[in-house]
Amino acid sequence: MSRITVYVPCDTSAVSLGADRVAERLARECRDQPVDIVRNGSRGAFWLEPLLEVEAGGQRIAYGPVRPDDIPRLLEEGMLSASTRSALCLGVVDEIPFLKQQQRLTFARQGVVDPVSVASYRAHGGFAGLERALGMSPRDIVEEVTESGLRGRGGAAFPTGIKWQTVLNAPGERKYIVCNADEGDSGTFADRMLMEGDPMSLIEGMIIAGLAVGATRGYIYLREEYPRAGRMLQQAIAAVREAGYLGERIYGSAHGFDMELRIGAGAYICGEETSLLESLEGKRGVVRAKPPLPAIAGLFGQPTVVNNVISLATVPVILARGAPFYRDFGMGRSRGTLAFQLAGNIARAGLVELAFGSTLRELLFDFGGGTRSGRPLRAVQVGGPLGAYLPEAHWDTPMDYEAFAAVGAMVGHGGIVAFDDTVNMREQARFAMAFCAEESCGKCTPCRIGSTRGVEVIDRIAAGSDVDANLVLLQELCEAMTDGSLCALGGMTPYPVLSALGHFAEDFGVRGESSGSRESA
Amino acid sequence: MKDAGSNIDTVRVLAREFRALPGALLPLLHAIQDELGYVPEPAIPVIAQELNLSRAEVHGVISFYHHFRREPPGRHIVQLCRAESCQALGARTLEAEVKALLGIDFHQTTPDRCITLEPVYCLGNCACSPAIRIDDEIHGMVDARELAALLEDLRTQIIEVR
Repeated sequence: MSRITVYVPCDTSAVSLGADRVAERLARECRDQPVDIVRNGSRGAFWLEPLLEVEAGGQRIAYGPVRPDDIPRLLEEGMLSASTRSALCLGVVDEIPFLKQQQRLTFARQGVVDPVSVASYRAHGGFAGLERALGMSPRDIVEEVTESGLRGRGGAAFPTGIKWQTVLNAPGERKYIVCNADEGDSGTFADRMLMEGDPMSLIEGMIIAGLAVGATRGYIYLREEYPRAGRMLQQAIAAVREAGYLGERIYGSAHGFDMELRIGAGAYICGEETSLLESLEGKRGVVRAKPPLPAIAGLFGQPTVVNNVISLATVPVILARGAPFYRDFGMGRSRGTLAFQLAGNIARAGLVELAFGSTLRELLFDFGGGTRSGRPLRAVQVGGPLGAYLPEAHWDTPMDYEAFAAVGAMVGHGGIVAFDDTVNMREQARFAMAFCAEESCGKCTPCRIGSTRGVEVIDRIAAGSDVDANLVLLQELCEAMTDGSLCALGGMTPYPVLSALGHFAEDFGVRGESSGSRESA
Repeated sequence: MKDAGSNIDTVRVLAREFRALPGALLPLLHAIQDELGYVPEPAIPVIAQELNLSRAEVHGVISFYHHFRREPPGRHIVQLCRAESCQALGARTLEAEVKALLGIDFHQTTPDRCITLEPVYCLGNCACSPAIRIDDEIHGMVDARELAALLEDLRTQIIEVR
């Protein structure tokens, strides 16, 4: 009898729902059978996790959500021969509508490969981009990335190729590639999923970035809250080094590149690139003034590329398939795909990679299936804690950087947090201020002090004390924070605050019309 | 728990191991905390001396980052996510219930030294909110009943060890 491969995700979210216990039970029940258990990444359909897959005839049959106690019955019903008899059987995994309707480029290998196996990575197109890059000049690699239209996926959407060009042109005795893996925004988990499910894409992207700008050293700055991603990255880096893709002679070429994983220490601000560099240098994560840009004087004063996980992990597919292939996805100046993340009160939460241009409504309802609570959806925060809260009137805005900016919002990294009609938007605005106060690095006064004053003003509004005057004060305070802060924390905390106030004024005790009122939701 | 003298020896050994690393302070503080559970006050002058920094710089870094603790924690660290995605699914209520159940606030430890309760702003488990972390294990879609059972397990484990 030939061996049977069963995939059980090792992804944090899958494990948080019991995937490790499922894998243990499966191993125990199958110890006398020719079964290999591979711990893959999650496909990103989290309401189906733990989701098992059995390989049969070149396809994978999915079962989920599986609890440890389901295993004996699943085996009885013929799971190992890919029987579709079980009530938990979901059919061919790629045919699950939530997955089938996606356009996966960056996440093409997610859930497919064994995350720490170079052989598995190569078998699914891994290192094709790097091998092509090794035959190209640095200028041509940068040109390819510029041509693809890729913009920073961490939220700021700065063109990646232009950043690389600046570092390539900058003189420096040593250059660095720094991966910002400090994914601190609520509603985002794409970086974590990729680092746990397909970490070699990120590693390959960093090596290509090194070739492109002439850097020989890379750092991944990973947040402390992601212990499992840290373990997966360590294993993957070791395996890639073992296979000869890292070290003094990358894959036998004359180029050298190596990298190291560094762990943050629970400071949200370290997701800001200059603060991250300070932290990597062993200091307090206090934001630096720009200029100089990190591309000119970054880590240890040297020219440094700082890119987000998804930006770097998208580079291999651009190099492997060419800039036009990638650029053909998307709309306007937003090219390629974005890994949208459906979170909060949503029935089918998970990862949805799509070309730019779909609408929030499609994501929330066609993919997300509405709220998990079954109550009406009322507010949606897009782009993390510094993103605007949007009422239903804006849910048809196309997901495109410029279209969102035009309605006073941001696509950012594509994190989407849904709230039902039990949400109190004044409390959400207060939280935005309180969070800013908690996480401010302290450098800029409007952020450090203004956020605390913001909490107090909102509390006075809540108490009904001189509401009109305090609302004016809140607006002025937000203006001071926007204009007087060096980075996005102080500068953008006003987005959730003012959008909550503007779209959901009734929660602040303000009478009058509002597009997001409970009646219309 | 080791005595103070051997703690300082540990700190010195680790500091010498890490000091050649560029930007050594954070990796060193992690190593110390992983070993001792916290960064004791007497470690500061030792770290400063070995890394050629001022004591103020070392203190400044330890106090800047939420993760580094200056007091020994309980045997288990329980973190509740307070960020938006978890708020959307009842994290505020869960927080109140857990505090009442344990009789402590954030940054406090239960009198039996079993559990230290901390806030956290996102565990990257936003598709399975509300989320909590117990030591290095993350749990998703947690309700008050399940959380009470998990906390009860932590306390029973201690009795078994004794």
